[in-house]
Amino acid sequence: MISLAWLIPVIPLIAFAVIIFNGPKLRGKAAYVAIAAISASFLISVGVAAEWFFVWHAEEAAAFYIDWAPAGLDVIKMGITIDSLTIVMLFVVTIVSAMVQVYSVGYMHGDERYPRFFAYLSLFTSAMLWLVVANTLLLMFVSWELVGLTSYLLIGFWFQKPEAMRAAKKAFLVTRVGDIGFFLGLLTLYLNTGTMELTGVFAKAHEMAQEPVTVGGVGAIFSVILGIFAYGMAGAILKGARRLPSAIAAGVVVFGLAWLLLPHSPVHLTLASVAALLIFWGAVGKSAQFPLHVWLPDAMQGPTPVSALIHAATMVAAGVYLVARMYPIFHADPTALTVVAYVGAFTAVFAATMGIVMNDIKQVLAYSTISQLGYMMMGLGVGGYTAGMFHLMTHAYFKANLFLGSGSVIHGTGTQDIREMGGLAKKMPYTFWTFVIATAALAGLPFTAGFFSKDEILLTAYHWEHGKIIFYAGVIGAFLTAFYMTRLVVLTFFGRPRDPKVHAHESWKVMTIPLMVLAALSIVSGYVGAPWKNLFAHYVSIEALGIHGAHGEHHFSIAVAAMGTLAALLGIGLASIIWWRPVLNIQSLAPALGWVHTLVSNKYYMDDIYNIIVIRPLMFTTQAMFAFDRWLIDYVIVNGAGWVTMKLADIWGVFDRYVVDGLVNLVGALTKLGGRTLKFVQTGVVQQYTLILVVCVILIGWYFVVR
Amino acid sequence: MHSWILTLITFIPLVGAVIIMFIPRDRTGGIKWTAVGVSVIPLVLATILWFAYDSSGVQFPKGAQFMVDVPWITQIGVRYMIGVDGVSMPMVWLTTLLVTLSLIYSLIIELRPKEYFFLFLVLETGMLGTFVALDFFLFYVFWELTLVPMYFLIGIWGGPRREYAAIKFFLYTLVGSVAMLLAILAMYFNTSPHTFNMMEMARAGMDARLGGVGAALVFWGLFLGFAIKVPVWPFHTWLPDAHVEAPTAGSVILAGVLLKMGTYGFLRVLLPILPRTSERFWFYMAMLALISIIYGALVAMAQKDLKKLIAYSSVNHMGYVILGIAAAASVTGANLADRAMALNGAMMQMFNHGVITGALFLLVGVIYERTHTRDLDSFGGLGARIPVFAGLFSMACFASLGLPGLSGFIGEFFVFRGAFGANILITALATIGIVVTAAYLLWTIQRVLLGPTNPKLEKLPDADAREVWSLAPLMALMLLFGVWPAPILKILNTASVEIARFFVG
Repeated sequence: MISLAWLIPVIPLIAFAVIIFNGPKLRGKAAYVAIAAISASFLISVGVAAEWFFVWHAEEAAAFYIDWAPAGLDVIKMGITIDSLTIVMLFVVTIVSAMVQVYSVGYMHGDERYPRFFAYLSLFTSAMLWLVVANTLLLMFVSWELVGLTSYLLIGFWFQKPEAMRAAKKAFLVTRVGDIGFFLGLLTLYLNTGTMELTGVFAKAHEMAQEPVTVGGVGAIFSVILGIFAYGMAGAILKGARRLPSAIAAGVVVFGLAWLLLPHSPVHLTLASVAALLIFWGAVGKSAQFPLHVWLPDAMQGPTPVSALIHAATMVAAGVYLVARMYPIFHADPTALTVVAYVGAFTAVFAATMGIVMNDIKQVLAYSTISQLGYMMMGLGVGGYTAGMFHLMTHAYFKANLFLGSGSVIHGTGTQDIREMGGLAKKMPYTFWTFVIATAALAGLPFTAGFFSKDEILLTAYHWEHGKIIFYAGVIGAFLTAFYMTRLVVLTFFGRPRDPKVHAHESWKVMTIPLMVLAALSIVSGYVGAPWKNLFAHYVSIEALGIHGAHGEHHFSIAVAAMGTLAALLGIGLASIIWWRPVLNIQSLAPALGWVHTLVSNKYYMDDIYNIIVIRPLMFTTQAMFAFDRWLIDYVIVNGAGWVTMKLADIWGVFDRYVVDGLVNLVGALTKLGGRTLKFVQTGVVQQYTLILVVCVILIGWYFVVR
Repeated sequence: MHSWILTLITFIPLVGAVIIMFIPRDRTGGIKWTAVGVSVIPLVLATILWFAYDSSGVQFPKGAQFMVDVPWITQIGVRYMIGVDGVSMPMVWLTTLLVTLSLIYSLIIELRPKEYFFLFLVLETGMLGTFVALDFFLFYVFWELTLVPMYFLIGIWGGPRREYAAIKFFLYTLVGSVAMLLAILAMYFNTSPHTFNMMEMARAGMDARLGGVGAALVFWGLFLGFAIKVPVWPFHTWLPDAHVEAPTAGSVILAGVLLKMGTYGFLRVLLPILPRTSERFWFYMAMLALISIIYGALVAMAQKDLKKLIAYSSVNHMGYVILGIAAAASVTGANLADRAMALNGAMMQMFNHGVITGALFLLVGVIYERTHTRDLDSFGGLGARIPVFAGLFSMACFASLGLPGLSGFIGEFFVFRGAFGANILITALATIGIVVTAAYLLWTIQRVLLGPTNPKLEKLPDADAREVWSLAPLMALMLLFGVWPAPILKILNTASVEIARFFVG
């Protein structure tokens, strides 16, 4: 079965081709083609996993290569690998994708471009599966970009909506900024190891960790970045005439402070950490980590099943997967991992605060996704290779569940604004219960899958050798998560309907059954990594990567688990007394928290900042460049050269006419004059001729005599 | 033992042009189909050539495949010497393909079809001759032969400012040609015995024969001739004018083949014949390439005219080719593999740019014929109206922005890989071009295809069979070489290694 592993990504690709070329003929049957394909991929994945466990005894990775292209005297290979990491991802992707596609049969029913939707989903699934089986950097990068393409196509699926088309473009471009990092990381590794095959690259990881790279001017660069950022922030917040000078002042002040405070000595990195940081930059883009997270909330313009599959469960987790896949490079030099930990922890808290103030059900979930991805990054960063991947898996199930549940709510009510909902629990019981289970898992309540995975991350963070700050960020994240999810559930499902125009109804079975499956997985999937028999950690372990001597498993700690759970319960309790049983009136806090609320609900002005510091200057530059091109290069220089040539030609023309031609004419005129003069001689009188003859003879004779 | 297949490929179009001269003017159908039919013959022969070509066989300057070498003007040692290697063979095939597709697309030409198709076939001979010539004199003759038909194609069948554009194109290119001619003569008089044979020149060590200053002058003379054709910044301003005014098929050939003649000159002449001088000036070439990449992308983003946008995108994309070429000639410690990959990338990018930009210009033609506008603000929401066009257009745009899985990526990847070994900073800066390219192409897709449908364009008909058939082969190539580039890379790679050997050890 393992030798058939290449079929796993190929089958959905075939489904894509079949549907895209036969869309109008297939119509409603397109979904069956797509679902059959993903089911086949799932079954093969099961077979592959079984063979790997029971025949190969889960000892080493199964790898297959083909020659792809010649390069100099060498040949570039492409190939696939089956190992524990791949198998985890294969299950996540095929299961969630299958559930989402079944669900979409109901959700997308009656859409004008129904077959196209399933074609794109199949293409996405195929690209995502290529990404997880790939064992060369190039194939990873190719599929990495292709998932980005399908994300673009699906966010903009309803492209006649201007917001959708803009969101799609934004998503593609922002992630592409990250992809440049991945690309440069790939080139760095390829240049220094001479190969793109992962095993070959990892074999040199240690060597690269010894090779120093000195980067100068980091302090200066950071000062400039912070200054520009402050300028953008001030520009975004301030209005009116004060805006520009104040923004410039803010920028200068922050730049100055940063210049004074930041150390200016060159930073000593190693080749391994440079490569790892570049690759992490790619992960930051794809996994929507700060500061490239801005595309994901907008991406919610896509159909909800897309949000569930791509923007919650799989594609956005690809960044986490990438870091995990490249872990030997990250691990070789811990500098990069520290950066991963801090970025992840910051994102986890930062995004969670925005989740609290959003009123769009999908927006809340989007920020929750960003926050949870930060959580996974944080787990990987503190050395929890297993923990990060474990959370990726459980999160995929419960977050897909939440998104599909929100889709069911949107389908049933026709609105996305939670202020217009309320009291849906009775009207949509299946949606409600599955949603609650997934929420419990996301909040990390005991005995759900989320509990086990979150606990493992907190546990690793607790034991991190560089301090406890990451751990506390994780606890705060857990609190905030429980808080905003409770708010979401209460406002959506509890109380009484707030908008009389909304007539909710439960969704079809084809939509609720996937919800139930995912809800079951939101609980069950945690038990493969339960502390008392941690199968997950046994297979997906850092030792399996060939890294030994690292801190292994940390033993389950009641204190850590209690802190995480307590934080979650506190969040649930606090949110309940604000929104469910209003003991605490949120309005009374408004004056004190007014500006904080403004700041957070404006998403910390990140979009505006990018607008001020990136988009507007870019548009200005393009126009300025074009003006330069048209006026200076083309008009002044090129046409100028033409003009000068023509003027010179004119001058030559004058010369030609009066000097050259004048000489010619002069000759003519002289000839004419001569002719005119001589014509008087030609009289026809013979006597005159004889006279002239005689005179001439005499003159000649005289000449000779005199001489 | 001579092989006449290249001669046939090169001159059959000319024979076809002569035949067209004898077809009565009013039998337009006959003229058009004769032209298409004639252009298919070189395409078929070139396809046979592709398969008959030995990718591990002899390469320039050691020799060439399918060579013919007979004396032509014996007094000055000019020979009729033609042949192909890995650099030229894909270009020959691409030329025959693009000409056939352009002629199929041009079946709708109403104005003076006889002259149009006559000129087009003459142009084809000129282009093919440039790619197969191994004698400098012959090369120059073919090079100049392409100018005249193109001048008329723009000047007669072009847009409103056609005369200005045609004259600009002609004169600008001619300036370069004159510089090139002087350089060729300088090299000719420094060989003993005097020869125009490119391969002998490459083997003769022209750098040393010309001396420091002489070699530099010859280098920049040739450089000017080729760079104007590419075009490299700042010699590019003829391009947008020529593209905007040229008829659709003219733009396809201009972007698809004529620009490649410039970079072909770099690969065939500058690098092998003046390797040491190329090394000396590689950094300037790389900087010009970097400017072309970023500048071309930024200026493309400012365009409101769809055709002009694609014209500027050519400046951007051809910049990658020059970057690859410069990297291959770099003085840094890059090894053979780096240099060969840079050249692979450059040549791949040449081929792909021909395919992709050719397709884009055809697509612009399709939409222009229906709406009579190219103003990007006057479209919108066409994706819902004309899905076939939308699919083809998006695919071409994504190929152009270097999406992996489509061929544009392969060229860029190898160029960047090669250049990374030469100079990390320049390469890293060039990636800015990738992002800006993505930005302007996505923005183009958005303005043309997405959003609410412009009510004026409600009744637009979708692409018809003629249009789809002239585009389908290009689309297939984008996909094929994007996924499986080995068939072409195999051919390019041996040539690249041969050129790269000039620069290592």
